[in-house]
Amino acid sequence: MSDSPMAPPRSFLWSRRIFLTLLTGFVLVPVYVMVSSSLKPLADVTGKFRWLPSGLTFRPYIDIWSTVPLAKYFVNSLIVAGAATVCSVVIAVFAAYAVSRYDFRGKRVFTVTVLSTQMLPGILFLLPLFLIYVNIGNATGIALFGSRGGLILTYLTFSLPFSIWMLIGYFDSVPRDLDEAALVDGCGPLGALLRIVVPAAVPGIVAVAVYAFMTAWGEVLFASVMTNDTTRTLAVGLQGYSTLNDVYWNQIMAASLVVSVPVVAGFLLLQRYLVAGLTAGAVK
Amino acid sequence: MTTTALKEPVRDTSPGAAREPRRRTGRIRRVGLPYLLLLPALLLELLVHLVPMAIGIVMSFKELTQFYIRDWGSAPWSGFGNYKVSVDFDAPVGEALLHSFFVTVGFTLLSVALCWLIGTAAAVFMQDTFRGRGLLRALFLVPYALPVYAAVITWVFMFQHDNGLVNHVLHDQLHLTDKPSFWLIGDNSFYALLTVSVWKGWPFAFLIVMAGLQNIPRELYEAAALDGAGMWQQIRRITLPSLRPVNQVLVLVLFLWTFNDFNTPYVLFGKAAPEAADLISVHIYQASFVTWNFGTGSAMSVLLLLFLLVVTGLYLLFTSRGRRAADV
Repeated sequence: MSDSPMAPPRSFLWSRRIFLTLLTGFVLVPVYVMVSSSLKPLADVTGKFRWLPSGLTFRPYIDIWSTVPLAKYFVNSLIVAGAATVCSVVIAVFAAYAVSRYDFRGKRVFTVTVLSTQMLPGILFLLPLFLIYVNIGNATGIALFGSRGGLILTYLTFSLPFSIWMLIGYFDSVPRDLDEAALVDGCGPLGALLRIVVPAAVPGIVAVAVYAFMTAWGEVLFASVMTNDTTRTLAVGLQGYSTLNDVYWNQIMAASLVVSVPVVAGFLLLQRYLVAGLTAGAVK
Repeated sequence: MTTTALKEPVRDTSPGAAREPRRRTGRIRRVGLPYLLLLPALLLELLVHLVPMAIGIVMSFKELTQFYIRDWGSAPWSGFGNYKVSVDFDAPVGEALLHSFFVTVGFTLLSVALCWLIGTAAAVFMQDTFRGRGLLRALFLVPYALPVYAAVITWVFMFQHDNGLVNHVLHDQLHLTDKPSFWLIGDNSFYALLTVSVWKGWPFAFLIVMAGLQNIPRELYEAAALDGAGMWQQIRRITLPSLRPVNQVLVLVLFLWTFNDFNTPYVLFGKAAPEAADLISVHIYQASFVTWNFGTGSAMSVLLLLFLLVVTGLYLLFTSRGRRAADV
């Protein structure tokens, strides 16, 4: 690559330099605003915008926890997103394995149906789902509406179609001879899946898990309708800072940063897998 | 890379492997197993997506106001009443819906085009290694990795009239405007929304195109270089055509996500979006939850779904004509 027969021409190098510099600026400015404002005293964010803080303070990072019950929202989000991710990945692995390794009637109908649910506008099934959860609650006593369970159930299906789709591609790329051999050795089909296919597809599975977690962590619409005071997640809870009389922008930025760190760090650590997973799975 | 190593066997085995006769007659003649494996996914999709969709369609034919919300089945049927209200473009409800539809179409086209353009350009420019590429790649993915509300709320701060960065730069520092502008109300809100949407959305295109680029065989470039093709020619003749199948899916997915986007406008503007940025999802949400008229809201949702189905169908038909529709 580095010693390719022809070095890139200057026009290419300059276009690249200019384009990437501008793009870096565009990407970085909001990130800079978020970080710098979270370290500013309140006067700096209520008056005219200033690029540099008049003084650095960590107060916002202490105050965020008492202005709104951020810790509670954080735990709620962690439980909901974590559980949704685990369930979604397990279910997607089974489904993708079935599609990848077996021939059965209705296979195509299944994949098309599951994928096309991606297309549904969330607003179309928000209210019916709300009614279903309420009715299930009335009929069986299982509280889905307003509970974390209901939200987990909802979120895991959000990431399911994409996860299944991506894993089918990934499993297809694991040589069949490997699980044939495992079957001959006396593993059941599930044994072959867990001992051979899953370990070989770890990058794809990690990618899917990252995607599922991000989906659940960032969702706003259903969280705003389906949670109550005790189950509220960060997506809704963060708005608490701006409904007060004073808008504590420094605290909002600090809180935004705090809630972003787990996902952004996780995502950046695992992005290699995501690209690899997309290459083998989705983008074939 | 591992991916290219893993990909090779597929080509060798895929044609026959799916219906290998040995497997069907062999020891695993458990016809039920694949269905069993699919069952959890199927049940959940039914519960959360398909049944609610069916109920939503039924609801769109009912006069479902707040009085019937406890027992929605008892709401009176209204035939096509809700649809008539929705598409009566001379009356306020229909007129507002049509306006919102046009705003959404314009917004979506611009946003998808910009996201695709920036994402593709960045991926192509970063195809070859150079110093700092890894760092830049991680940085570019940050907007995509950030939770929507955290990212959008930062933009809300930047768009503030008195203490925001945008007015500070445009008015105080560059003197481009006579007085500070309002960005989150009035006509400017469209551009504010577009900016945020592109900022948030282009890294996804970047990610997908980057993955797609890794599947282009190196030999193609080497052969082209031997034939004397320059860098720009290689991009035009090899890179872009090779990306066509990836782009077919990417553009569709970007289109559907952007068209249905609720989170961005909802966090940016709150419950009531300004008219210039009244995206259809928020509009329907408004029509349902603020006015408590779920029948009309459902009818609007169904119309939206029909529109998306038609567009997707036509798009796939049109784009698949050139290449054989390989698979879903």
